[in-house]
Amino acid sequence: MTPERAANRPMEHPTQDGKKLPVEPVDRVTIRFAGDSGDGMQLAGTQFTDTTALLGNDLATFPDYPAEIRAPAGTLAGVSAFQISFSSYDIHTPGDQPSVLVAMNPAALKVNLPDLEEGGILLVDADTFTQGNLSKAGYAKNPLTDGSLAGYRVIQVPITRLTTNAVTEVSGGGSMAAQSRNLFSLGIMYWLFDRDPIHTIRWIEGKFKNNPDLVAVNRAALQAGYNYAATAEIFTSHYSIKKAATPPGTYRKISGNEATALGIITAGKLTGLPLFYGAYPITPASDILHALAPLKNYGVLTFQAEDEIAAITACVGASFGGALAVCATAGPGLALKGEGIGLAVMVELPVIIAMIQRSGPSTGMPTKSEQSDLLMALYGRNGEAPAAVVAPSTPGDCFWTMIEAGRIATTYMTPTFFLSDGYLGNGVEPWAIPSLEELPDIRVTHRSDPEGYTPYVRDPRTLARPWAIPGTPGLEHRIGGLEKNDITGTVSYDPTNHQRMVDLRAQKIARIADSLPPSQVDGDSQGGDLLVVGWGSTYGAITSAVERARSEGRSVSHLHLRHLNPLPRDVGEILGRFDKVLVPELNTGQLRMLLRANYLVDAKGLNKVTGRPFMIREVYRGIISALEGTR
Amino acid sequence: MSGKGAHSEGEVLTKADFITDQVVRWCPGCGDYSILAQVQKVLPTLGIPKEKIVFISGIGCSSRFPYYVNTYGFHTIHGRAPAVATGLKVANPELCVWVVTGDGDGLSIGGNHLIHVMRRNLDINILLFNNGVYGLTKGQYSPTSEFGKVTKSSPAGTIESPVNPTSIAIAAEASFVARTADVDPRHLAWTLEQAAAHKGTSFVEILQNCIIFNDKTHDPFLARSVRHDRVLYLEEGKPMLFGSEHPRGIATEGFAPKIVEANSSGMLVHEPGLQNPSQAYMLSQLTYPEFPVPLGVFRRVARPTYEELAHGQVDEAIHRAGGPGDLGQLIKGKSSWTVT
Ligand code: SF4
Repeated sequence: MTPERAANRPMEHPTQDGKKLPVEPVDRVTIRFAGDSGDGMQLAGTQFTDTTALLGNDLATFPDYPAEIRAPAGTLAGVSAFQISFSSYDIHTPGDQPSVLVAMNPAALKVNLPDLEEGGILLVDADTFTQGNLSKAGYAKNPLTDGSLAGYRVIQVPITRLTTNAVTEVSGGGSMAAQSRNLFSLGIMYWLFDRDPIHTIRWIEGKFKNNPDLVAVNRAALQAGYNYAATAEIFTSHYSIKKAATPPGTYRKISGNEATALGIITAGKLTGLPLFYGAYPITPASDILHALAPLKNYGVLTFQAEDEIAAITACVGASFGGALAVCATAGPGLALKGEGIGLAVMVELPVIIAMIQRSGPSTGMPTKSEQSDLLMALYGRNGEAPAAVVAPSTPGDCFWTMIEAGRIATTYMTPTFFLSDGYLGNGVEPWAIPSLEELPDIRVTHRSDPEGYTPYVRDPRTLARPWAIPGTPGLEHRIGGLEKNDITGTVSYDPTNHQRMVDLRAQKIARIADSLPPSQVDGDSQGGDLLVVGWGSTYGAITSAVERARSEGRSVSHLHLRHLNPLPRDVGEILGRFDKVLVPELNTGQLRMLLRANYLVDAKGLNKVTGRPFMIREVYRGIISALEGTR
Repeated sequence: MSGKGAHSEGEVLTKADFITDQVVRWCPGCGDYSILAQVQKVLPTLGIPKEKIVFISGIGCSSRFPYYVNTYGFHTIHGRAPAVATGLKVANPELCVWVVTGDGDGLSIGGNHLIHVMRRNLDINILLFNNGVYGLTKGQYSPTSEFGKVTKSSPAGTIESPVNPTSIAIAAEASFVARTADVDPRHLAWTLEQAAAHKGTSFVEILQNCIIFNDKTHDPFLARSVRHDRVLYLEEGKPMLFGSEHPRGIATEGFAPKIVEANSSGMLVHEPGLQNPSQAYMLSQLTYPEFPVPLGVFRRVARPTYEELAHGQVDEAIHRAGGPGDLGQLIKGKSSWTVT
């Protein structure tokens, strides 16, 4: 085991049967639960996460599952994994590499072993290493016996058999054992990392409250795993991870998509507008619809549209009617929404488009993450059609950034993109719960005064046109996608008017920058050798890599952009304070292109498009090579 | 192009209140003028303040309509008017929403939305101007052009079978389906009144003449001289009779329609309120020259509207929870911990 070790010496800790096994304190552990998609790995991982969050560790998770609901059992394509990193200090990513791998079958071993740390713990269900499963996974020889796992601490447990035994005792038949093997493994992990299974037991009791048999079966499997680990002497010690030294406050765990949904509801409340959410199911954005649909008592109207185009155009209609209209989608959906968003640009109505980006092009890899739709958000429409773009940086930040999207959209009467991604959306972290008083005041009032009203008369500060909604006496007006006259809004093909309107629409977006706070540079705000500029979900990996480089005395700083259109006014000046600029992105260089175009800066890229997030060490290495030659 | 002066409930409106200052830009002689005139005539009779009325259109000749009606209006993008109307009506169910579309806008590029808005039964009125051709893009065949039609884009004749808008509406479970014609203003006005009075999606196919690209396309049965022999005016509760000199009726043999002598046994009586849509569908399939073309209300059934159900679920959830949700509780979530 090579978790990061604390300095303390091992201490004694009694196990259930009174035997003493040493408890070794460690600072950080990364576990990956891997199995067939039918093996319940996401559930095991989520339960471990919940228990760990309640213990006060800092944590970050990375669920990684196939797009197929059930790929053929035992195949490489069907492997599903859930990684959690937890620690006694502040961490920003789910870990570069697992130090513990739970492999429920040979395919899971095959797919995930290359990531396991050297010397790491490998727990396998030995019962599944049959000839059939081995060949489905493409193993010519059994890795458990051919010596290929010599570099790891392999713990072979007959999980299937032991689960069946435990389940048979309580249900009189082992038929339900296959579905609870994950809980047996979870029980082992709970013991190994010194966490009480009580939270999961309560969860089982709640989930199956109408089926006492299932409660008994699942509880038996979990406890059997826990007891087995405690008594079978498969481990020489177990580990404890102290609470993280988090600032005082009340915390919960939250995924990016949950925080996005909360942000949507909150933006509705804060603007004081009725909330309309229109969406078409698409991975990985559907969870936002699933989160909002049951929250009807918060007034949200969710509309599952017939297609992506209907989702955005229904949002435009709802916005015309005065609602805060929000939709969420992923790349293929955005490709279809382009014309509808262009309409919102033209009629200057607020709409929030939450993009949960995934690997493309086309259908690409729906469950894998990427940042490759930045330029589509900025430019993916016909004509000169500028829109605002913001991007959250952590799961919890999805909440705050969604509220910011609501502020921008309604203040400037513009479609506003919110660029999350699959990694942020599904990733989980502890989140400091804000009090309602901390939330910004972004109340909106619709125009009601007919005096001096025309549809395109503008607020001199924001350049926004008035939001006058049907039902308001005296403000009857017609809008549409045809070019219109400045101020009056009548249809116009006048050449100078078109120039003026194109300029006005661009200026309106540019003026959003007037409302932004100064950008914050982590590191040396006065300048230095290297500035790492990122956006979105790479925040964790960049932050950790920059911290590491700085701890070695290197002159490296980090600027993470939440506002991508418009860019904050001080960005150009900040870039100028550094000798070099490095832009890590999970695309082929989209922000880099924008920075180079906007500021004529020789920004270099660190780019990766594998469908996986950056590892800290990849960014760290990028920093080191960028620094070479400096000074 | 804002409205002038405030209007409110109870005020008596006239046709003039619904005319905008915009110059109407349809071709002289276009059937759309007649439709606009009847709409502007019917609107003041509905007893709805004009600020509560909204016209939403897509793209095409017909879709210029909102610019000419002095209410709220939204000229959206090609084919998407039903979806825009859905969002608007759900956001504010008190509005009286009209969708104006055409055979290309509504049945080609926007066919999907049209079907779904009807099955959902939003309480809106859809006017589909069917002129059998693309007018605005200057004369290509449309989804309702007859097989073999020669146009700029089909010089050797189309090789596509047309869709029947009324049949589509019935198949999509629109709760009100009617057909009328630009050349019969009285019937047109009456049909608009019926559509407006119906709660739920009212679909009205309006046979319209495009004088430039498809002139007289409906004349074989709609021309004044032949109309009374070749049009079947559907009247609720009345026998399905047509033909001024030689009255005949419609009956069925098995599922197939047939023409019978007036008052012979088996002649059908028109019942648009039947829950089963078979008869309405059969009627929608009557085409000239084999049969007279029916005009009137094909189907009128009561069904809860989408917006009623959507808001009903919200109200119900609030009621069940004993009041509107508490934002603080929601943000806090089900399980949290405190660090001191
Ligand atoms: S092209 Fe045809 S439908 Fe269009 S305005 Fe002219 S006559 Fe009317």
